[in-house]
Amino acid sequence: MRHLYDRIDRDPRFHALAKARGRLGWTLSGLVLLAYYGFVFAIAFAPGWLARPLGPDTAVTVGIAAGLGVIGLSVALTGVYVWRANRIFDRLNADIVDAATRKAGAFDAD
Amino acid sequence: MPTSAVAGDVGASAVAITLFLAFVGATLAITWWAARRTHTTKDFYAAGGNITGFQNGLAIAGDFMSAASFLGASALVYSFGFDGLIYAVGGLCGWPIVLFLLAERLKNLGKYTFADAVSLRLAAVPIRCLAASGSLVAVVLYLIAQMVGAGKLVEVLFGLDYAIAVCGVGGLMVFYVCFGGMIATTWVQIIKAALLLSGATIVTICVIAQTGWSFGGVFATAAEHHPTGIAALAPGGMLQDPVSVVSLGTALVFGTAGLPHILMRFFTVPDAREARRSVFYASAFIGYFYALTFIIGFGTIAFVAGRPAFLDAEGALRGGTNMAAIHLAHAAGGELLLGFMSAVCFATILAVVSGLTLSGASAISHDLYSNVFKRGADEARVVVISRYSAIGLGIVSIGLSLLFEEQNVAYMVLLAFTVGASVNFPLLFLVMYWRGLTTTGALAGGVLGLVTAVGCIVLGPTVWVEVLDNEHPVFPYKYPAIFAMAASFAGSILGSLLDRSARAARERAAFTDQYIRSQTGVGSEGASGH
Repeated sequence: MRHLYDRIDRDPRFHALAKARGRLGWTLSGLVLLAYYGFVFAIAFAPGWLARPLGPDTAVTVGIAAGLGVIGLSVALTGVYVWRANRIFDRLNADIVDAATRKAGAFDAD
Repeated sequence: MPTSAVAGDVGASAVAITLFLAFVGATLAITWWAARRTHTTKDFYAAGGNITGFQNGLAIAGDFMSAASFLGASALVYSFGFDGLIYAVGGLCGWPIVLFLLAERLKNLGKYTFADAVSLRLAAVPIRCLAASGSLVAVVLYLIAQMVGAGKLVEVLFGLDYAIAVCGVGGLMVFYVCFGGMIATTWVQIIKAALLLSGATIVTICVIAQTGWSFGGVFATAAEHHPTGIAALAPGGMLQDPVSVVSLGTALVFGTAGLPHILMRFFTVPDAREARRSVFYASAFIGYFYALTFIIGFGTIAFVAGRPAFLDAEGALRGGTNMAAIHLAHAAGGELLLGFMSAVCFATILAVVSGLTLSGASAISHDLYSNVFKRGADEARVVVISRYSAIGLGIVSIGLSLLFEEQNVAYMVLLAFTVGASVNFPLLFLVMYWRGLTTTGALAGGVLGLVTAVGCIVLGPTVWVEVLDNEHPVFPYKYPAIFAMAASFAGSILGSLLDRSARAARERAAFTDQYIRSQTGVGSEGASGH
């Protein structure tokens, strides 16, 4: 396992993958937390704004729409992450692990 | 004999009891089936690692959509209007964070419990003790909350005595866990999630139908019926100061990422890919469910509040505000729907307490017994210890539920979230993302987080003033999560930076291997045949 980890560590593709995955994860986390804490801080500091009705002839307030919007955004962004990860990251990861394992096999045969 | 909320409604009681008995019968059959497939520790703790992403997503949603969240969130909207919705939104927003930052790494590092992942590069004995304490405190708090809720619900719905109801729920949950392990617990959870999702959907459709198929109509009718009128649709009913709002919001999001019975579910799937898919399905189901609670919550104001049929002699809601959603099922769909939702709520409680018991039993048997006290104990013995632990937890939680009969259920759930956010989450996050974390730092942070959380709760308005009858709280806020979480992170970081021991140097050096394993899955449990 030791040699396998060392070999993966030396593979620049691994570090590129980790970086890309990290960037996507942190960006999406940032978006969700921004939306959520936006909602929470609006409750704390701008309740009057959330209390306004969406339109002249509806009882639905900005706050209710915002709450449903935050829920919808969260579900949509988990979908984005899973879609990207399944399409791109998994294949790259398998390539990196395969390459490292093949080399390990070659060394063993020597 | 306490009077049942459905007393006189023989039809509803018959439907509820028939459906409930059918559910118990089905789950006992599943337990029997699962028991014949449970041979190894991997079967017992992780259902053999054979659950698919979709199944696990439903099971996670089942674990998370407790009766406390269904009845409790609607009860909060019923009482306070808009502010009750923060529970629904906060409860959901934890899930993307779990997916983006934790789920795949957790699956790649751990085996059966999240303590496996955090003790990989740190000293196993003290770290497992810390993780097991964090797990057990959260599990027991959550368990008491659910059992008290179950006892009250059964008392109201079926007219059974509280003590008998609590013992019945406790007995069934111990039975599922002891004999069926994670396989039975997962399938009970899946069935219950499907029932709860369909039940909530039917109630919502009936409510919207009553307002002439208009989404806005539900809110307009609610505003007409709430004592505060249109103000019910605006913030400010429950949470007055900004610190409480932000602290409660933080506990909900990060507590989700630190609940041990939910973290445990990531080990029931074969690999990181399925772990990822399970969070997507879970968040879709939970998001849909919480969107429905917007309608159901305001529906209770529109169709239950102020209706004499649902009020007792003093004008309060029959069975307490927690029954608001059940009364709504009656108002919107008649006897049949009332019976159906009563049975669904009880099934929900039964499933959630089973998941919690299994998680607590794993903390005792896998983390403490086989990795601290009797290292290298054989598999069969560890499974036996898990069964004893489940029985022990059952007895303890029945006892505590009888003792805490009058406690506020929603607040106890929140305490479990606070412990999750201020002990388990910082530990898990730092061990995966910060090379500098050492055992000393982790212990300092964990203990500081736990002490701050418990201390602020005891000295705060809810316990110090309301329970202990002091005049003024020592700690002014009701929700201590931001303070406890900050204390935990600060303790971990300072403790690690000041740690100059040789062990600390080894632990930092081991980060690279742990990092590669967490990213690629090489060397992780279940991936050995790669």
